[in-house]
Amino acid sequence: MTDTDMANTGGQGSLPPTKGGLPKAGRSRLRRRATSIGGLALSLALTLLGLLLVTFIIGRVMPIDPVLKVVGERATQVQYDAAYQAMGLDRPLWDQFLRYMGEVLRGDFGRSISTGHPVAEDLRRVFPATFELALLGTLIGVCVGVPLGVIAAARRGGWIDQIARVVALVGYSMPIFWLGLMGLLLFYGILGWVGGPGRQGIIFDGMVPTVTGMILIDSLLAGDWGAFRDAFSHIILPASLLGYFSLAYISRMTRSFMLEQLSAEYVTTARVKGLSERRVVWGHAFRNIMVPLITVIALSFGSLLEGSVLTEIVFSWPGIGQYITKALLAGDMNAVLGGTVLIGTCFVALNLLSDILYRVLDPRAK
Amino acid sequence: MHHFSLRAILLATAVSLAPAAYAATPADTLVVAAQIDDIISLDPGQSFEFSGNDVDNNLYDRLVDFDPLDLEAGFKPSLAEAWEVSEDGKTITLTMREGVKFHSGNPVRAEDAAWSLQRAVKLNKSPAFILNQFGFTPENVEEMVSFDGNKVILKLDQPYAQSFVLNCLASNVAGVVDKETVMGHVEGEDFGNTWLSTNEAGSGPYTLQAWRPNEAVQFVAFDDYWQGAPVMKRVIVRHVQESSAQRLLLEQGDIDVARNLTPTDVDGISGNDKLAVNTEPRGRILYMGLSQKDPLLSKPEVIEAMKYLVDYAGIEGSFLKGQFKTHQNFLPEGYLGASDENPWTYDVEKAKKILTDAGITSGTVKTLVRDIREYVDIAQTLQGSMAQAGLTLEIQQMTGAQVLDAYRARSVPIFIGEWGPDYADPNTNASTFAYNPNNADDAKLSQLAWRNSWAVPEEMNKATVAATLEGDTDKRVQMYLDIQKQYREIAPIIPLFQRIEQAGMQKNIKNWTAGGSVASVYYRQVTKE
Repeated sequence: MTDTDMANTGGQGSLPPTKGGLPKAGRSRLRRRATSIGGLALSLALTLLGLLLVTFIIGRVMPIDPVLKVVGERATQVQYDAAYQAMGLDRPLWDQFLRYMGEVLRGDFGRSISTGHPVAEDLRRVFPATFELALLGTLIGVCVGVPLGVIAAARRGGWIDQIARVVALVGYSMPIFWLGLMGLLLFYGILGWVGGPGRQGIIFDGMVPTVTGMILIDSLLAGDWGAFRDAFSHIILPASLLGYFSLAYISRMTRSFMLEQLSAEYVTTARVKGLSERRVVWGHAFRNIMVPLITVIALSFGSLLEGSVLTEIVFSWPGIGQYITKALLAGDMNAVLGGTVLIGTCFVALNLLSDILYRVLDPRAK
Repeated sequence: MHHFSLRAILLATAVSLAPAAYAATPADTLVVAAQIDDIISLDPGQSFEFSGNDVDNNLYDRLVDFDPLDLEAGFKPSLAEAWEVSEDGKTITLTMREGVKFHSGNPVRAEDAAWSLQRAVKLNKSPAFILNQFGFTPENVEEMVSFDGNKVILKLDQPYAQSFVLNCLASNVAGVVDKETVMGHVEGEDFGNTWLSTNEAGSGPYTLQAWRPNEAVQFVAFDDYWQGAPVMKRVIVRHVQESSAQRLLLEQGDIDVARNLTPTDVDGISGNDKLAVNTEPRGRILYMGLSQKDPLLSKPEVIEAMKYLVDYAGIEGSFLKGQFKTHQNFLPEGYLGASDENPWTYDVEKAKKILTDAGITSGTVKTLVRDIREYVDIAQTLQGSMAQAGLTLEIQQMTGAQVLDAYRARSVPIFIGEWGPDYADPNTNASTFAYNPNNADDAKLSQLAWRNSWAVPEEMNKATVAATLEGDTDKRVQMYLDIQKQYREIAPIIPLFQRIEQAGMQKNIKNWTAGGSVASVYYRQVTKE
């Protein structure tokens, strides 16, 4: 669902063309802000509507019968027909969609047929699990990937560059399923340094009150260090694995952005002026790649938010990736649509966030 | 840099954690890893999935139940302490046990038991047919099922065998729910179904602490349980999809029981002196259905030959090792009337001779196979042996939902899959393998015989019905043996293997049972040494 079109939706409304020095600047800025918020809301609504419509249609045309999931394969025709009607599948497609939209507008995402729970409740449970993992994974990816990419570019062809290339290549090509199992075998099975599959050890399960749904944060809020350590020992391995994959991507992108900058004339000028290499690289070139880099990081984070299904399966991580995949295979459209709206909203929000960061970091945007 | 990132991780974890030793679970807690993502409802009136029934079996009591330590003995008194059948065999009166309490503290009354059965029939979800077999309908059930004082009275439309009725009352759909509690959660016409789907109102040995779908089910012992409080005060069942992950957790001592180990992982733990493997036959039958719509597969000689083209021993010894055993009858071992006769062996020459004698030297079948490794492997070995006998098998792999859709539309020429019994009475399998009252396309029945377009001989249809009415249990057993004998000779839906569950567990776990072939898992008798 990596929707690159969405990269623009937040931006166009919120980045009005700057014409400085007009006399009625104050009032027009206010008006512009109002239109920009209105435009933003409109584009958000249109994006989500389009997303819902497409997912809804795909869900209805795919060759999976959701009624069977509800009634089971032994159901009589009467029970089958009753469920078919109760699920509204006998109505025309447009009618089904309008009804669904009406419920969504009232904040009701319906009930999942594959878990029996309300979709909103399911999402409140599975999304924080994925969010926590994605956040930590991206953090690892950025903290290691960005410096790695910068150094690789600055010493192009050097040994660090070579190693970085191999690391990235391995990161791209290694099946995460295998890597995850091997990681578990080594660090959990043999060395016993990390926790096993699952988000928590059995003893801590259900001990920390749920506030955010992110166990690391909830255990800190509760001041329970034991639970925090336990949760950390469970999350660190899958997060490192996801971090490794985002590292591979981020380091390659950083490197190519840096190479472009380092071959620019201003860098040559700076060097001729006798600036130290460190200042040239970090003070000039790196500052200029921060804006595109933010887009890369945001997209990488966004893709982790969709949930890495295989990682979640290997580590028994009850996240949104497994949830949506399972729902899709069962034809459980309420769950799929609810998940899609959530992830779509995340992408829009991430774009908005990178827009704001652009303005902070890019002097031209002020 | 690769090494750097690894070192960082190692350092971080080493600092934050003391090196973990072999960590045993708490002495009063049972921790189970299993695949439990099939649960869609905990309402006993609705649950029809393996894992859902596994949960309900420990939350609810039934009027009669199995003894987890002696499943062979069949149903025994539970919430009903006695019963009697009227002269005409059409009324069963059950006397309730006194002094039993629901988890809410409410007493378990005949009224609750009668209401629970009425509710399941009126709710009319998938398992309702188990009760409807006795002539109950949503319209008449209040008249057919009633109570008087501490007695529950069941009126039947036919004088059914007592064992048939009581076996059905031991099934999950007949779980007794707390009427007063459920009535407080009714929404519209749902009989409390929405609420009971994620909550419970039982009197069983455990109460439900939490169910987080695709993640975990947690139980807490019910201290006032009428058969005594269970030894394990907490039971935690965690969803762990991967066999290798279940094995790792078991080897590390983080769980007590692993229920979904592959043959490789069972082999892997067999040398571990801290662990044991518990082997138990389950009710599921792996069978091969030959559609009688197919011009080739409907020839009696082809049906006969196919029985000799399955490499029973080879399959049992290789990719089904420890998961299935050869079983060529539709009643699984452990059922009333089960037969252990397995007459067919892998014999390509014999199959070839049967075919050539009938003048069949070639033929092609295209079939759909569900993309489960075992089924595909079986289909492929079958493809090989059929080729040796001159028949060509073309296999198309599909998802479970797709194959099921085609099967329901009677368009799978050779179906390879499993059938799990719905309740503990032989009729559950006889009525699907050996019974087809209407072979017309528009009948849309759910019987396996119908799905394979097999017009069951009238004589066998009648025998199957008659066996549900035979009051003398010994005679009833003989009737099922006879039906199975004839079935083996002519039926195109061929039972091949019976499921075996191999659970890996810590050596100190005693009295584990997954419920054998007739029931679901029981936790109340489990102890740790």
